[in-house]
Amino acid sequence: MGKKKFLSWAFLVLLLVSTALYGCSSDDASENGESGSEGESAEEKTLIFGRGGDSVSLDPITVTDGESFKVTKNIFDTLVNFGEQDTEIEPALASEWVASEDGLTYTFTLEEGIKFHDDTDFNAEAVVKNFERWAAGDGEQFPYYGSMFGGYGDDEGHVIESVEATGDYEVVFTLKRPQAPFLKNLAMSPFAIASPTAFEAAGDTFGDNPVGTGPFEFVEWKRNDTITIAKFDDYWVDGEPKLDQVVFRAIPDNSARLNALLSGEIDLADGITPSDGATIEGDENLQLFERPSMNVGYLGMTVTREPFDDPLVRQAFNHAIDKQALVDAFYEGRAEVAKNPIPPVISGYNDSIEGYEYDPERAKELLAEAGLPDGFEMELYAMPVPRPYMPDGQKVAEAIQKNLADVGVTAEIVSFEWATYLEKAANGEADAFLLGWTGDNGDADNFLYALLDQDNVGTNNYTYYESQELHDVLIQAQSEVDEDLRNELYMQAQEIIHEDAPWVPLAHSTPLLAGGNNVINFKAHPTGSDKLASVDLE
Amino acid sequence: MLHYIGRRLLQLIPVLLGMTFIVFMIIRAIPGDPAQVILGQQASEEAIKALRTNLGLDNPWYIQYFDYLKGLVTGDLGESLRTRTPVVDEVWPYLAATIELSLFAIIIAVVIGINAGIISAWFQNSWFDYTAMIVALIGVSMPIFWLGLMNQWIFSIELGILPTTGRENVRDPVDVITNFYVIDTLIAGDFDQLATVLKHLVLPGTALATIPMAIIARMTRSSMLEVMRSDYVRTARSKGLSMFWVVYKHALKNAIIPVLTIIGLQMGLLLGGAILTETIFGWPGIGRYIYEAIGFRDYPVIQSGILIVAFIFVMINLFVDLLYGLVDPRIKYD
Repeated sequence: MGKKKFLSWAFLVLLLVSTALYGCSSDDASENGESGSEGESAEEKTLIFGRGGDSVSLDPITVTDGESFKVTKNIFDTLVNFGEQDTEIEPALASEWVASEDGLTYTFTLEEGIKFHDDTDFNAEAVVKNFERWAAGDGEQFPYYGSMFGGYGDDEGHVIESVEATGDYEVVFTLKRPQAPFLKNLAMSPFAIASPTAFEAAGDTFGDNPVGTGPFEFVEWKRNDTITIAKFDDYWVDGEPKLDQVVFRAIPDNSARLNALLSGEIDLADGITPSDGATIEGDENLQLFERPSMNVGYLGMTVTREPFDDPLVRQAFNHAIDKQALVDAFYEGRAEVAKNPIPPVISGYNDSIEGYEYDPERAKELLAEAGLPDGFEMELYAMPVPRPYMPDGQKVAEAIQKNLADVGVTAEIVSFEWATYLEKAANGEADAFLLGWTGDNGDADNFLYALLDQDNVGTNNYTYYESQELHDVLIQAQSEVDEDLRNELYMQAQEIIHEDAPWVPLAHSTPLLAGGNNVINFKAHPTGSDKLASVDLE
Repeated sequence: MLHYIGRRLLQLIPVLLGMTFIVFMIIRAIPGDPAQVILGQQASEEAIKALRTNLGLDNPWYIQYFDYLKGLVTGDLGESLRTRTPVVDEVWPYLAATIELSLFAIIIAVVIGINAGIISAWFQNSWFDYTAMIVALIGVSMPIFWLGLMNQWIFSIELGILPTTGRENVRDPVDVITNFYVIDTLIAGDFDQLATVLKHLVLPGTALATIPMAIIARMTRSSMLEVMRSDYVRTARSKGLSMFWVVYKHALKNAIIPVLTIIGLQMGLLLGGAILTETIFGWPGIGRYIYEAIGFRDYPVIQSGILIVAFIFVMINLFVDLLYGLVDPRIKYD
């Protein structure tokens, strides 16, 4: 009896396998349907966007990760928007706005006739309800609200005093004190306007069923696999979106994602490694997209430690390091050599500053002038994790070590687990360290004040660099409402930093994406989340 | 028999309890703060502190551990720190994806592995024997990463016959009912979709099957060789039975017991150890679910995910033990 059972079981298995194998070999036709955008669905235009990870939640205010914003950017709109490929402010849900002279009130006029995906109306009341929801939260629920607007509810730091509807399509924001990057903050993906009817009904589960005014409405989410969004027919911008459907697919491995692109299973791929860039450029069926850089990788010098308390030594380091060679070798040329702490895409960038040239002789002279003709010994911290702004901290450190040896400085490379690394650097225990930053809202303040102001020593200002002159300029710029005057202040700030040289700014790297040749009008946005409303497939 | 099963299930409790404790201690020993990871680089000190309090992370470890155990007893596996969803609610799709893939892989491994082992033993020292065992040796030592990417390149990019990644054609998604896509497409009666789903299983399935297949083949061969030398096999042959019948009916039955043990262990390993395969083939399985949770220090997901995998592992081995009795009536449980 036992043997019969076993044999019949074995035969069943054989049968199953042969069915499976038959299925595998039989229909090349449906495979073609899958691998091209033509085929079974010639009419339906579906774009498949391959990326490294899944979203955390589709309620943008509750998250901080870029993979969530990539999707919510297309489901929701913000009051104002960033430019196509920069961070200039453009109208979006608000067609126009007026700021008072003192920078304390902003009056927004909203577009009329906009519908949420649940067919409710977008109006001033909806805007107020969104801000009320966020202001009533806390750092756990709505992390970005607190960090960009200084707190919640009655917190002293909370910048927004009130948000009032003064008409069906007019909203007035009153601030406690001027906040120059206020509009840029409003353009950030987390502050997208959601349907109050929907989030009131859904509560904590709103992220599983998001409702906005964006070009696409939410369809389905298969966790760790795909998120599908479909064209919203009543989208308020005429003629958009062009696509019928967008599917975001999580393929964690970089090589596998590239393979999926090469075989035509996905139309766009994020997170292309610099070394694959050339492969894609050499393939006539593919195109390479460069995301304008909004980051900086740098070598920080702790100015409280000898001999880095002497600006001459820090300037000498700036001359000693061959940045172009670093960019060529470790960023595969997919980066711009940095001369300022902020990347060129940010308004207020000072292009008139002349970067320190690679000049070992000059570096030696400066060291001699500082009383160190024979150099010195130091510890150099190498980042243990890869980041877009620093693809390989260890190798960059080794190259810098060699550069420094050429001018007589002996650097010993040390590294720690990431959390420990940051803690030791924040405590000022490193002589010099590699680090970097990616901007949130494309504002100069988010780089210069966050990373180099004396207020932030011990948190994000790891160099302990303090300059009263710089502080005054940065604080003035924070509340300067006139954009031109403000840019001038930041240009001034960069000159001060250039002279004091607490960093060796190394590179602004360019993240890469790739797509099939049939993808048209895709423009990668420096913030990392791309609006796909005007993207089309041929 | 029932008595035996009951005893085995009771033995499970200390095993799983010990495991939760070890996992709990290990993940708390690695540095890194979930609150910091959740809130991101820009978060203020106060927000991080508040979140730690809210998540109960500033309680002493033994209180956290007993809270966790208390939850387990009531069937509460905890809530993901990252997605704020109960683990019970979100784990099934991942688990189903992994089970489907592992079953597919183990079927390939068993069918090919056992037959290759039998034939190798039957024609010992023949060219087939040598080739099969060399291939098996290569199979055991093959890095899955390399094999997976090579297969993608050959079968998807060059030949264009199999998809590289994922579970389904995302342009024609499967309507999810059970989360086993093979079953879901059968329920829907959509055979085109079934074929597509099966095709998506082939590359990750074979990559995952490679190592168990090689191990099963080698195990079957050595076990068969031993049995084939025994007296009853010689008697059967001298009775005039055909070689095929002797090998597949008489010898296999006695040789299969150790092979079954290996199959059970391998199946368990596949369930938990498919992380590499799931990563390369973009498979939304439980291995990746747990692995990504480690990066985010999502303690409840790590703890409960590993607990579930361990539970299944133990259950499979119990099932295999019961199978012995079915295959060989001399083995009795009481």
